[in-house]
Amino acid sequence: MLKLEKWWHLMTTANSNSELLPHIFRKEYAKMTAVLCRHFGLQHIEIAEDIVSDTFLKATEVWAIHGLPENPVAWLHTVAKNKAKDYFKRIAVFETQVKKNIKPDEIANEQVFEFSDQNIFDSQLAMIFVVCNSTNPTEAQICLALQILCGFSVEEIANAFLAKPETIKKRLQRARNHLRNDNFQIKSLSKTEIEFRLDTVLKTLYLLFNEGYFSKTNNQLIRQELCSEAARLTLILTENTLTNTPQVNALLALMCFQSSRLEARTNDNGEAVLFDEQDRNLWNKTLIEKGNYYLINACKGNEVSKYHLEASIAYWHTTPTDQNKWQHILQLYNQLILTEYSPIIAMNRTFAYAKVYGHNKAIPEAEKLNLADHSYYYGLLGYLYADVNIDTAISHYEQAIKLTKSKTEKQTLAKEIARLIEQNCR
Amino acid sequence: MKEFALVFRNSENQDVKPSPEQMQEVLTNWMNWMAGIAAQNKLVDRGNRLSMSESKTVKPGNVVTDGPYTEIKEYINGYTLIRTESIDEAVAIAGQCPILTIGGSVEVRKVVASDDNS
Repeated sequence: MLKLEKWWHLMTTANSNSELLPHIFRKEYAKMTAVLCRHFGLQHIEIAEDIVSDTFLKATEVWAIHGLPENPVAWLHTVAKNKAKDYFKRIAVFETQVKKNIKPDEIANEQVFEFSDQNIFDSQLAMIFVVCNSTNPTEAQICLALQILCGFSVEEIANAFLAKPETIKKRLQRARNHLRNDNFQIKSLSKTEIEFRLDTVLKTLYLLFNEGYFSKTNNQLIRQELCSEAARLTLILTENTLTNTPQVNALLALMCFQSSRLEARTNDNGEAVLFDEQDRNLWNKTLIEKGNYYLINACKGNEVSKYHLEASIAYWHTTPTDQNKWQHILQLYNQLILTEYSPIIAMNRTFAYAKVYGHNKAIPEAEKLNLADHSYYYGLLGYLYADVNIDTAISHYEQAIKLTKSKTEKQTLAKEIARLIEQNCR
Repeated sequence: MKEFALVFRNSENQDVKPSPEQMQEVLTNWMNWMAGIAAQNKLVDRGNRLSMSESKTVKPGNVVTDGPYTEIKEYINGYTLIRTESIDEAVAIAGQCPILTIGGSVEVRKVVASDDNS
């Protein structure tokens, strides 16, 4: 357990005292809800969430006046525990004095429970599998995971899915109803259930990580937060024998490699720094080593999942110079696109193709993709045309600026246009 | 969107023995071509490559001969299923197939759907 906590601190570089309140709340929300939910039973998930929300509310009031306590997390745990006890007392009064026909098993009897590391760990592992439940469609499972496992707001989830908040709200409501009616036992996880649900769990964690890594926000803290949340949940899976599969290790390796460049990807003004221009001294070597470690673990067995392929691509990105680097990367993208189509993979593959065969040959490959509603598609075309036809390149970049909602991306693209114009004048 | 089968044919040519380097290049081109179709989301099924060494032809009257071919030394060595708007588009994709650079050919055949009345 110590290993997990220690490692997690590596992921979250921010000093805990400088963390904003929502930052702590988001972290603790998932943990505390999981523990309480395991205690109360799944059908009473709202009670667990109410207790956690009340705890945060109290924290906001008290901390605003008295300042942050020495150990905010311990403070939250104590208050939540007391609130849970109060709740049980009220229920006991209600049941004995008001309600005559008591259903004894409806709500778990008051038991001693602790927010111990072990209990948080076990509860979260169980909760991961509760949320990724096949009674809900995959999309809904992912939304639920973001809300319950990661403490995301409806608004944040809507941003991640490029959907309207009302749509997400409805989706979550439906999913919660299904979850509540499901008889899934939070306490026992069988081998079959784990095997059956692991794919969905991994997909959710993968998407969560990507939301952080490719986030539209240029708030570095939030991006790190999302990435480390996803890595933290994946790490939980590697700490349990049943869930410590090659795929899980491959996914974690991918997350480590990508995270190693988080610092270098953004400059002091919050602007994106392109891969070739990144200061490699800013790459987190510890995370690269961790990535290597998990990638080796992932190779036990014959399975090659898309996470294996993506982790291998990310691995090649962390090796600064190798003559055949881009050839390896292209081959891996070739395999990846055959495993699963996605516009992003298609475009990244074309980028690698350009690195191997040159821009001229890559342009027809890119134009065939026909992804007119993606800003990144026009960014790619702009990049490919920059050496070939500056005017065409600029008009592609302008189209990309029109399509993207990301301020950072707009800035980066505008900079590129300015550079091309300047180059043209010379 | 319609589905088309690309049927790959090659002919046996004892005189040409490509070097490992050339074979590597054909393989690389082949993978790039296939991935290029997938990147347009037009790949339905990678299909299969059909073995030359383990093949028989069965004819009426318990006649079984070695190999897939009769008179001509041309054989089908695989197929792939793609999805395009028209046969012309399918033909354009087939036209990029690396098998054309090593003396082979590609047959483009529309897959007949169950609701196809044409």
